[in-house]
Amino acid sequence: MNAADGGATRIPVSTPGVGHLRAERPFPTSAREAVADRALRANLTAATTRIRAKRDAAVAEVPDWAELRAAGAAIKDDVLAHLDTYLVRLEEQVTARGGTVHWAADAAEADRIVVELVTATGASEVVKVKSMTTMEIGLNEALAAAGIEAVETDLAELIVQLGDDWPSHFLVPAIHRNRREIRDIFLSAMPGVDPGLSEDPAALAEAARAYLRARFLSARVAVSGANFAVAETGTLAVVESEGNGRMCLTLPETLITVMGIEKLVPRWADLEVLMQLLPRSSTAERMNPYTSFWSGSTEGQAFHLVLVDNGRTATLADPDGRAALRCIRCSACLNVCPVYERVGGHAYGSVYPGPIGAVLSPQLTGVAANPTLPFASTLCGACYEVCPVAIDIPTMLVHLRERVVASGAEPAAERAGMAALAWVMSRRRRFDVALAGLRTGRLLGRRHGRVRRLPPPLSAWTATRDLPRPPERSFLDWWDEEGRR
Amino acid sequence: MRISLMATCLVDAMFPDVGRATVGLLRRLGHRVEVPAEQTCCGQMHLNTGYGPRALGVVRHHVTAFAGAEVVVAPSASCVASVRHGHAALARAAGEPGLAAEAEALGARTHELSELLVDVLGVTEVGAWYPHRVTWHPTCHSLRLLQVGDRPRRLLEAVEDLELVELPGAEQCCGFGGTFALKNPAVSSAMLDDKVRHVLDSGAAVCSAGDSSCLMQIGGGLTRRSSPVRTVHLAEILASSR
Ligand code: SF4
Repeated sequence: MNAADGGATRIPVSTPGVGHLRAERPFPTSAREAVADRALRANLTAATTRIRAKRDAAVAEVPDWAELRAAGAAIKDDVLAHLDTYLVRLEEQVTARGGTVHWAADAAEADRIVVELVTATGASEVVKVKSMTTMEIGLNEALAAAGIEAVETDLAELIVQLGDDWPSHFLVPAIHRNRREIRDIFLSAMPGVDPGLSEDPAALAEAARAYLRARFLSARVAVSGANFAVAETGTLAVVESEGNGRMCLTLPETLITVMGIEKLVPRWADLEVLMQLLPRSSTAERMNPYTSFWSGSTEGQAFHLVLVDNGRTATLADPDGRAALRCIRCSACLNVCPVYERVGGHAYGSVYPGPIGAVLSPQLTGVAANPTLPFASTLCGACYEVCPVAIDIPTMLVHLRERVVASGAEPAAERAGMAALAWVMSRRRRFDVALAGLRTGRLLGRRHGRVRRLPPPLSAWTATRDLPRPPERSFLDWWDEEGRR
Repeated sequence: MRISLMATCLVDAMFPDVGRATVGLLRRLGHRVEVPAEQTCCGQMHLNTGYGPRALGVVRHHVTAFAGAEVVVAPSASCVASVRHGHAALARAAGEPGLAAEAEALGARTHELSELLVDVLGVTEVGAWYPHRVTWHPTCHSLRLLQVGDRPRRLLEAVEDLELVELPGAEQCCGFGGTFALKNPAVSSAMLDDKVRHVLDSGAAVCSAGDSSCLMQIGGGLTRRSSPVRTVHLAEILASSR
């Protein structure tokens, strides 16, 4: 894609997204294993319960939260409605301030661009921060294949990298790890670490600091993501907690920022809204400790902005799915999701886990590549309730389920059963016949007064739960025989 | 008032006592209850599982079955949500604006039990007596799709001799989720584990809710663990009297 060609006023739709966006195994299979991991569940429940309470308190402090949320949604909807104009404006502004803008249609093209840029500097090592989008495109593997080592500098991302692991949360990528596990990872994978390292959080942070400081000072190239880009000034923004991002963004000679095309806001003033919504929703802070802004490049340093599509224009083209692109990756929906709390991020297979991941991943890749994720939800609605940009995730999940069903991916028995049920429920007389059949099920529960075992597919229920014994007569039969008067 | 009862297919087939309790309660409050004879199901399972387009006949049937109803009540928040939010949207998407308009109008006069009592009939004190320790599970669809708020609690607090105790983690989903319980049984059961633990921790003898589907999940978990704690629908508590 090259949206800038000839002052394009329309966004061409690119191919589906590729990279780390799809579950290799069906969600129910990965989820079953994750649920069985007691330590994982304990880590997740402890972490999400804590952050949920903090987030509720931080949001409750803001009297006009509902209005802010509506404003946030409106800003992002405006961005999506005029993405073509804003992207071109961003390119003009970044270019005018000495930066270079690159357009990548998909993950492979983005990887190729970054590898070429790094190779041209002669560097064999890059420091990284805000790595979600680069995780999506598999950049670290692409760099490694070109002989370039990437060092994650966000503490949690470093833990994930050293543990040869995948992030499982936007904000706390190592949420699935506890202190003892982190110490063990440092001891086995961090060069030069003190062999007597304790699991005290301060000691762990100090060990990471010492390790990273040396890398910051030697690195000539940094690769970052971005939280926002302001179209009117070409300004990029990174919001973080540790200050390592600030070092990444300022020390090296070359900075390469890889950003999804939807991360735009039109004006500086829009940040006033989003910067109130984001920290309270993500870390439950009034304001995060470090926010870095930069526009173009400074004397002696080079700046490249790589704008990644990778399925975003395809998502934009779907009127029922495009709201997923409002997401500011705050992770509030992950923290409240009862499914995420039980299975963690890895079960989703994509770098984008949780409720938004269950929507965004299949939107980016197309449902054929991710047919089980839209069903990874009870539709409880907790995600929609907390989302700071009001993404109606449950409705979008249902929309994606319809697409999966329409594609014929669901088992034939299920499709036949649903068709039969719809037929039965379209006439009372048919339902009465079905109810008579159900009553024969009374045979099953005669011993315990409840049904404890059923054949598949209902065994999925009775493996862990009883079913009541069917009653002697239906409610409407009671009504006909006695209730009416 | 003439009130038409939408029993819901689950209550009709599996929990007739909930329907009987709703009838008894409304009659005790002096209302005339009707049960449209053609009613079957709201099609929620189809709608939520991605088979919405295939449930158009079910929606049409529902709209016809309740065509003569002035006010409709259902002892289920999720079924009311499906009628109120799902039916018209489905009909519109299927290119049936006439059906959509009828479904929209029917949705507007369809109420979940606590909504009907508090908002339409204007009562919280319904003359019930229930001498038990009860904990309340606010079902997700009552909380987030219908936003019933504290209406059920206000009704329960007004019940004579009922002791209402807090349910830890009350607003967390029980893990039912319709076909989710079968498609993702491991996660559904893990969520149920926690819900059951919280119910037991509450010290209640009865766990109540406004949806028989969630109560079927919670109750199925309780009896499997041989717990004496019972699941009882809100309608049954409000219908019980000295
Ligand atoms: S979908 Fe909403 S709540 Fe979830 S991460 Fe994105 S912005 Fe945050």
